[in-house]
Amino acid sequence: MWNFQRLGLELAPDSTEQPVKRNVYVAQAPLLSIQSLSVNFGSNSVVRDLSFDVRAGQTVAIVGESGSGKSITSLSIMRLVHTMNAEITGGRIVFQGDSGAVDLVAQSEKAMRRIRGKDIAMIFQEPMTSLNPVYSIGNQIVEVLRLHENHTRASAREEAVRLLKLVRLSDAESLLKRYPHQLSGGMRQRVMIAMALACKPKVLVADEPTTALDVTIQSQILTIMRDLQREMGMAVIFITHDMGVVAEVADQVVVMREGVKVEEAPVSELFARPQHPYTKALLAAVPKLGSMSGTDLPRIDPLVVMAGDETRSVGTSRVQDTARTGEQPIVEVTDLVTRFNVNKGFFGGVSHRVHAVENVSFSIYPGETLALVGESGSGKSTIGRTLQLLQESTSGDIRFSGKAVADMTRAEKMRLRQQVQYVFQDPFASLDPRKTVGFSIAEPIYTHSLLTGKKAVQKRVEELLERVGLSPDKADRYPHEFSGGQRQRISIARALASRPKLIIADEALSALDVSIQAQIINLMMDLQQEEGLAYLFISHDMAVVEKMSHRVAVMHLGQIVEMGPRRAVFESPAHSYTRRLLSAVPVADPARRTDRPLIEGDIPSPVRAIGDEPERLILQEVAKDHFASIEMQ
Amino acid sequence: MGKFLFYRLLQAVFVIIVVTLIVSFTIRLTGDPAVMLSQGSGSVTEADLEMIREALGLNQSFAAQYVQFIQGLVVGDMGRSFVGGAPVMDLISRALPATLWLAFASLAVSIVVSIPLGIKAATSRGTWVDQLIRIVSLVGLSFPNFWLAIMLVLLFSIVLGWLPPSGMSGIASFIMPAATMGIILTATNVRLVRTTMLDTLRSQYIMVARAKGLSNTVVLYKHALRNCAIPLITYFGLQFGGLLGGIVVVERVFNWPGLGSLAFDAVAARDYPVLQGVITVLAMMIIVINLLVDIAYGLVDPRVRKE
Repeated sequence: MWNFQRLGLELAPDSTEQPVKRNVYVAQAPLLSIQSLSVNFGSNSVVRDLSFDVRAGQTVAIVGESGSGKSITSLSIMRLVHTMNAEITGGRIVFQGDSGAVDLVAQSEKAMRRIRGKDIAMIFQEPMTSLNPVYSIGNQIVEVLRLHENHTRASAREEAVRLLKLVRLSDAESLLKRYPHQLSGGMRQRVMIAMALACKPKVLVADEPTTALDVTIQSQILTIMRDLQREMGMAVIFITHDMGVVAEVADQVVVMREGVKVEEAPVSELFARPQHPYTKALLAAVPKLGSMSGTDLPRIDPLVVMAGDETRSVGTSRVQDTARTGEQPIVEVTDLVTRFNVNKGFFGGVSHRVHAVENVSFSIYPGETLALVGESGSGKSTIGRTLQLLQESTSGDIRFSGKAVADMTRAEKMRLRQQVQYVFQDPFASLDPRKTVGFSIAEPIYTHSLLTGKKAVQKRVEELLERVGLSPDKADRYPHEFSGGQRQRISIARALASRPKLIIADEALSALDVSIQAQIINLMMDLQQEEGLAYLFISHDMAVVEKMSHRVAVMHLGQIVEMGPRRAVFESPAHSYTRRLLSAVPVADPARRTDRPLIEGDIPSPVRAIGDEPERLILQEVAKDHFASIEMQ
Repeated sequence: MGKFLFYRLLQAVFVIIVVTLIVSFTIRLTGDPAVMLSQGSGSVTEADLEMIREALGLNQSFAAQYVQFIQGLVVGDMGRSFVGGAPVMDLISRALPATLWLAFASLAVSIVVSIPLGIKAATSRGTWVDQLIRIVSLVGLSFPNFWLAIMLVLLFSIVLGWLPPSGMSGIASFIMPAATMGIILTATNVRLVRTTMLDTLRSQYIMVARAKGLSNTVVLYKHALRNCAIPLITYFGLQFGGLLGGIVVVERVFNWPGLGSLAFDAVAARDYPVLQGVITVLAMMIIVINLLVDIAYGLVDPRVRKE
């Protein structure tokens, strides 16, 4: 168990664990009332008969998995669904404006333009693409101010500076002249918030505003949004798939599934006593940080699935004691360095380098899951690609089963590619759309000549499909006929086809809905138990890492800052960065909501000028098998 | 910027040398100017031809002639025309403005027409408006330019008598040549604008702009259009080069006193100095256009600007 008091350093002095005061709503007409809303894509119904209310100062979270209709709902409130070729087919959206109640569904486009951006504003998911790349930050904020309020150019600029300060961007004056590409993702999302709040909207619709951000940046954005909401007293409709974020921000929660509201309840009520079996299954599937406290080994838990009006547990609970640390490691990496040149000089001269990986050393033992965690640019994916021999390292030593890669013959490298397999993040992009899934799974078998004869290969493909929980007769189907989760199963079947000893899973669960994610976690753990597989599990999701890993290495700017048994790293983190990472994770439990202090700062860049070498961290053993770099304080 | 211009200048010199070398060499394979010049002047002996060749400097080796041409170029002298003996520089400086004006007018017509049409097609994607615009532009694309030119002359000059059929004399004389060139360019440009626009309209920042409450016109023309600019400018720049080449035919039909007509006559008469001069000027024009395109990139898109 970790808590904020222990985290020390970067916290403000008064940051003790206090439950947040809940807002109390006096009986009053709701600010926004969605009544029996239905939306269609052509003849396809995507939202059906949806009703909920939002009051001033309240945060209503809409949660659901992909295809639940939550994003379409947010665009309906803005009356922008037509731009996605969808259409509101029924219901009312009653907004309590300054001049009385209006039904947004019945408003003319012209009247809606006066409401959008003024009374109801919206923040979108992708901060990297939601600002127009060819206009300066100042231009884009001033534009909305001058559109809706009586501003001169000069007074609008002044107001823009004030807004940028409001979202805690320093150097606001010079920021006005800068362009989106010069800003990091977190800064862009703050600019987006400043833009949305420019005309003091009564309702803010936030569609997955932190999903694309690293966890420490997510924490910053959530804190800023919460503070500004309190200050301005606006209502927030927060659309998300992340139950942790819901627990953190929401007063009221609407759970959607396949276009229908399945449950609505105050947040504490929903988490404590979920009524609908779907909500129960959803909550059970969410990995909660801290849920493995007090245990040494990963544990596989039964899945909770819907069964009519009830939920049912599938599978058993089992401790995953598969790591064979007494044996020779499958992989030993010593002082690995990987750098990329960046051409910034005019004639293509190298002036900067990306220090992707710097002096990294670790081993992976048979049957073990080693997690590499870190934020964007930490070098975790580069390590994965280097081990798969997809990426040349700058220096360092990599050994597989005791043999150095540098000394390997072509044939030995080929064998190595058979023993180390990769599962990627995006199940939509990692299968060839023009080949049947059977072909994709069989390919490694042919490449490595593991079986002879068409019959034998076909039998093995069917076995593998069954092994990952798919029907064997699906082998002649094409990838587009499968869902995201099924495709990830197929990717795993393909990885298993060459009978590997190690699978590198690079954010393999990140693109999946939580219920699917829970299934794949169990599948991966079952396979580890039965086949003795080792995993290099590359992830930014601390809760999933906690559930699956035997050991954890925390990466920051290309170096390992802390490495050790999962329990040691999660329960007594020795490095400040590890603590910072852990404290930033939203926990799916509203009872543990705290007034979290603002984590300052941006994620630093691993790009450095030539000659400006990063300082090499030295790891020290702080407890048995638990290493952390020494920090100067 | 200084380095950039220096690099571009080197590139320009290289391009001009290669282009003129190829042109000067190949034109000399196609016939003897001495024979061309003496046509129709009765009995011409080999000695007469030799005299003409000597007078024109054609008795020297190709290398010597080419070096002479380059030397002249450096000091701004491109020699004299074999036909009539006028300095090539004078001929070109008289013809160049006519061609440039026509090219600019054509490109301007096409841009002004194709951008709104392309945007309209993109925003009404899949409807009859989109279909109509696409069909009309396909029809426009299928016309050969000389045929279109002749049809226009037939209709507007001969039948209706509204426009002058040939020559360059005032604004009215620009209408038909510019329209001929413009219609064909417009046909491709409409499709290009439509495709880039459709791409841009899918961007998140377009949704953000709509969510701000901006009108459709501002969303399309302020937020979307400038983001389409890079592919459009690239293509318009390339088109301008093609335009200079394609203008020969249209200049012939409309008897336009431009570089195209000059080049056409020069080829017919094997008038080497004029042809070399025209080609050199065209190559320079294309280099300048490319430079302008690069500068324009930086103006419309801050991501391209060097820190």
